[in-house]
Amino acid sequence: MDRPTKRLLQGNGACVEGAIYAGMRFYAGYPITPSTEIAELCARQLPRIGGRFIQMEDEIASMAAIVGASVSGLKTMTATSGPGYSLMQENIGYAYMTETPCVIVNVQRGGPSTGLPTKVSQSDTMQARWGTHGDYNAIAVAPSSVGDTVPETIRAFNLAERFRTPVTLLLDEVIGHMREMVTLPQPGEYEVFNRVKPTARPEDFVPFELTPNLVSPMPAYREGYRYNVTGLTHDPMGFATNRADEIAVKLDKLTNKIDNFKEEIFKSRAEMMDDAEVAFVSYGSVSRATLQAASLARQAGFKVGSIQLYTIWPFDYDTIRKLCSRCRCVIVAELNMGQIVHEVEKALPENVEIQPMLRYDGEIITPEQLLARLEEVI
Amino acid sequence: MAGKIIGKVGIPQDRFEIRLSGSGGQGMIFASVVLCEAIGRAGGKNVVQSQSYGPEARGGASKADIVVSTAEIYYPKAMKLDLLLAMTQEALDKYYPDLKDGGMLIVDSGLVTEVPTEKYYGVPFTRLAREEAGHIMVANVIALGAICALTDIVPLDILTDAVLARAPKGTEDRNKKALEIGYNEALKQKK
Amino acid sequence: MATVEKQKSDVMLNYLRPRKKFPSVWCPGCGNGIVMGAFIRAVDKLGYSKDDIAMVSGIGCTSRMPVYMDFNSLHTTHGRALAFATGVKFAQPDMKVVVITGDGDALAIGGNHFIHACRRNIDITTILINNYIYGMTGGQGSPTTPGGSYSTTTPYGNVEKHFEPCHLAIGAGASFVGRATVYHYPQLEKMIMQALEHKGFSLVEVISNCHTYFGRLNRQGDATAMLRFFKERSVTTARAKNMTAEELENKYVIGNLHEDNEKTEFCDEYQKVVDAHKA
Repeated sequence: MDRPTKRLLQGNGACVEGAIYAGMRFYAGYPITPSTEIAELCARQLPRIGGRFIQMEDEIASMAAIVGASVSGLKTMTATSGPGYSLMQENIGYAYMTETPCVIVNVQRGGPSTGLPTKVSQSDTMQARWGTHGDYNAIAVAPSSVGDTVPETIRAFNLAERFRTPVTLLLDEVIGHMREMVTLPQPGEYEVFNRVKPTARPEDFVPFELTPNLVSPMPAYREGYRYNVTGLTHDPMGFATNRADEIAVKLDKLTNKIDNFKEEIFKSRAEMMDDAEVAFVSYGSVSRATLQAASLARQAGFKVGSIQLYTIWPFDYDTIRKLCSRCRCVIVAELNMGQIVHEVEKALPENVEIQPMLRYDGEIITPEQLLARLEEVI
Repeated sequence: MAGKIIGKVGIPQDRFEIRLSGSGGQGMIFASVVLCEAIGRAGGKNVVQSQSYGPEARGGASKADIVVSTAEIYYPKAMKLDLLLAMTQEALDKYYPDLKDGGMLIVDSGLVTEVPTEKYYGVPFTRLAREEAGHIMVANVIALGAICALTDIVPLDILTDAVLARAPKGTEDRNKKALEIGYNEALKQKK
Repeated sequence: MATVEKQKSDVMLNYLRPRKKFPSVWCPGCGNGIVMGAFIRAVDKLGYSKDDIAMVSGIGCTSRMPVYMDFNSLHTTHGRALAFATGVKFAQPDMKVVVITGDGDALAIGGNHFIHACRRNIDITTILINNYIYGMTGGQGSPTTPGGSYSTTTPYGNVEKHFEPCHLAIGAGASFVGRATVYHYPQLEKMIMQALEHKGFSLVEVISNCHTYFGRLNRQGDATAMLRFFKERSVTTARAKNMTAEELENKYVIGNLHEDNEKTEFCDEYQKVVDAHKA
């Protein structure tokens, strides 16, 4: 089929393009605004490339189905918003525990509860880290444009496959619905990582082996490795355990396999930061406004910079501290009542003033608002 | 201290902001998507489209914003409009305050009766659609033709290709005609 | 039952997980072991490859069963086994996907997934071991606990009505539905074989004994007494045809209750879409 490589896409559409590029061949989901276009596009596109789409009876089932399909051997994705993300949490926890790669897209809208189905928000940032019960480590990726969404979705899949873990792709209503021209990547343009397969003989296979990088090779079904997968805390053989030493080892594995590679997972975009005295920190659609405000302030002769977080979790405190080393004030702009601002507080020394710039009325933060806040601190 | 930054810089120069507004069902979203695609196809410019969603988009005033720039577009929504198309009185009343001083206003002169300025272009898009283009549905395409004539945002041939690429089968001639009607009608008024 | 004694059965030994420690979590005399034995012998007789079988389960006593057997086992969250199994089957349509579940798992927390799996007629065999109570958590009432029966959460007798899982499955669109008891072993084994060979959603409801909780709280005696009870209360579908509703009260109608071999199956239908639209 002759498809032009440059196309006008919504963020939700760019997400599907990135996912398919990354090798996603199984989508299970339940329609919910503002993520629904992702399901609709997958329903249309996946059969054409031999993939599979299923609309499940709810988000709980959707999350379950993508874990089942991933354990079977496919790269899988679901997408949701607001209440749907809450419903998925138990089975996202199952994916953490069973170390099953998959990507969960959350096109954020306002909450709590049904909240604001058609309005933008970034209030699930903490849920992406702490949404399910228990101790674990999380990866969350957040693009800020339609163009970004293609490579960031590919990166989300690569991280999921590499670290054998669910990865949350945090979009928001503004990015999900806005349209931009996107140059679709050519084959080979981006690295696509596939989960490492075991090489051991089946009788010697240890499904949750403690390898040097703590990520265990993962077979697909029907490759001769029959092993047990359970949401119960388990030993390296995959069997439930109540032994204190084995329990701690499992939880350390879940946490350290990500923490040990934090620098590599973390990604940010620092603009005009070299001599910045005041910096904006933001992510997602808000980064568009902070970049605009910082660039306007520069034109007026003020030393203002912008840091955009592409990786939200794991949060890299060291990198943020280094980037802000010349700053006397950091303005953290986000569409919630204050979530990432607390992580920035943890990262920076006490002599740096931290200003939350929060908006939670369903509208995006504007450059004018940021400039007005800047005037207060300059 | 207020105004020491905002006072010094206005809205970024290298940025052209368009709002297509009307009521739900007038095809403003469709028109904005086609216009974006045309600008994108023409090359050399970045473009971002966003639109009102949900209850806001059903009936009442409906809008789609387009930001065009040769540079990277940071803020994706309109800040101060360079061009406002208002297909209804309600849309005009609601969005006129967002038009910058000296910005271009285009209204459907058949449906809009009270315009708060003397400096505007009035084309009876809906009436032309019904009486000359053969279907009321193409009023939005006639408006695109007018925008094409009144600005240098995109060449007519590329806009035509973009419209035809999105138009349902069997409506190509009607859409092509609609573009030409809008283009020629606006050209007559161009100052 | 799950305690391995070589002389008992080489077939069983061949299918029990080599590196899994036994005994099982089940109480001595639990019907789950009988069902596991029937399943293993059914698979053995059908000659399926172990690699081709995925056993998916949720939470509860019965849901531990897949862990003991040498197949691909996915022990998932409470009630969600069928949703996980749908993912497995749809991703690997050539596999035999089997869900082992209980009355609480399948019909309370998992009720929605149960009816939708039936509706899709996806080719999954579900073995629902119905012992009328939550065993693992210590004897609470379930959706199949009969009216008036005692459990730790119905200490004065159950005031609720109960589900009939087979009727529910037939109504929701399952294309093979049968009921057996752990007493009627040969019939159970045969029914599991039929269910596995059936293309489409198949349900085998197995009436089983939880003498530890249901039996004790409802004065039905030990495992043997409960099995005897199942024997006495069961009537075959053939006999049931000629019985009145009154006569059938408090009876277990056992046998194949519903079979539709014409109904299209979900994965097959989707494959047609893929074949028609693949670029």
